[in-house]
Amino acid sequence: MKVNKVFDEVTCEHRRLLSDYLRHDRGLTGTHVGCEHGVCGCCTVLFDGKPVRSCLILAWQGVGHEITTIEGIAPPGGPLHPVQQAFHECHALQCGFCTPGFVMAVIGLLKQYPNPTDEQIEEGIAGNLCRCTGYASIRRAVRRAAELSAK
Amino acid sequence: MKPAQFEYHYALNVERACELLASLEDAKVLAGGQSLMPLLNFRLARPAHLVDINPMGHHVARIYERDGGVAVQALARQAEVEDSELVARVCPLLSAAVRLVAHRVIRNRGTVCGSLAHADPASELPAVLLALGGHVIARSARGDRQIEAGDFFRGVFETALAPDELLLEAWFPAFSGKFAVLEESRRHGDFALAGVVRADDRLALFGVAPTPVLADPEDPARGLEPSGDLEATPEFRLHLVGVLARKAMSA
Repeated sequence: MKVNKVFDEVTCEHRRLLSDYLRHDRGLTGTHVGCEHGVCGCCTVLFDGKPVRSCLILAWQGVGHEITTIEGIAPPGGPLHPVQQAFHECHALQCGFCTPGFVMAVIGLLKQYPNPTDEQIEEGIAGNLCRCTGYASIRRAVRRAAELSAK
Repeated sequence: MKPAQFEYHYALNVERACELLASLEDAKVLAGGQSLMPLLNFRLARPAHLVDINPMGHHVARIYERDGGVAVQALARQAEVEDSELVARVCPLLSAAVRLVAHRVIRNRGTVCGSLAHADPASELPAVLLALGGHVIARSARGDRQIEAGDFFRGVFETALAPDELLLEAWFPAFSGKFAVLEESRRHGDFALAGVVRADDRLALFGVAPTPVLADPEDPARGLEPSGDLEATPEFRLHLVGVLARKAMSA
């Protein structure tokens, strides 16, 4: 399975979730695990470029596919990804637990709608829960991310 | 909360999937997994075998026109149906309904056929199939079987599919009449407390009975005995049915 462009054999148990595989077998702990039933959105990663819940996919189902996690969206030490930059500028995080999931979902949202309406933003982030309830800043960050991505 | 042990099988083609389903005891088909995986994670389901049909890929992921309607194959993701120009032209009701299924991130993976086979009483797509009078094609080593929507949904999470059958395709008739898909839920993307699908003078309800049901638009709540839970009492669900049906019929 290719994760962040790095290939590795999958040798884990069949029942291992992709989220656990990423965290425990690959050491990519930026993908957070919240509810483990697809509700909170913390574990969102890109599967062949599209955001999906990694807790609702078995690790083995990633074989032959490309997975991108929060660690893989910007070069280490390099400039932030436009969505990360926007979250930083707009103070769209407090405790940060939900942030990787939001960032991955927003990357998908902006691919679908490069210039989203307020309604599309609301719908696009409705599947992610932020318990610090920083939604107003997160909405602003999505608008800012659209601007930054357009540049 | 992790899945219990199971044996994982992957099917590269439909024949192999049918062979596996025919030979294995207590097997579940894994398509999008957006309903099945939560059940496995919570150990509410502990099938002995999982038959993953995702390796079949695009061979069974087509959305195409057939017999005056649109057919959606087993691995066509809900997001693909949502974005399909063909679906928007032939059956806009389906396009509208699929947007109400969970969230886009879930729809990127979840399948239309999977929603039908899972048969959650609160889900939209079974009610759409019923309101439109569509059907599904079940494939097994024994051959193909066409099952009409009215005969397909048998109970809570229960369909007419036999253990050795794969839901290969769902067919929705072309429909250009008046329609509405309305539901009430706690938050956007949550399970509906109650919902209605209107296709001209046909009205199907979901979330208020063990299966989706057809109702009389004049008296939609007649004969219903919805269950109550933390989110809604039976009385509130009946009230919602009346309000949603009235709105849908005047849409």
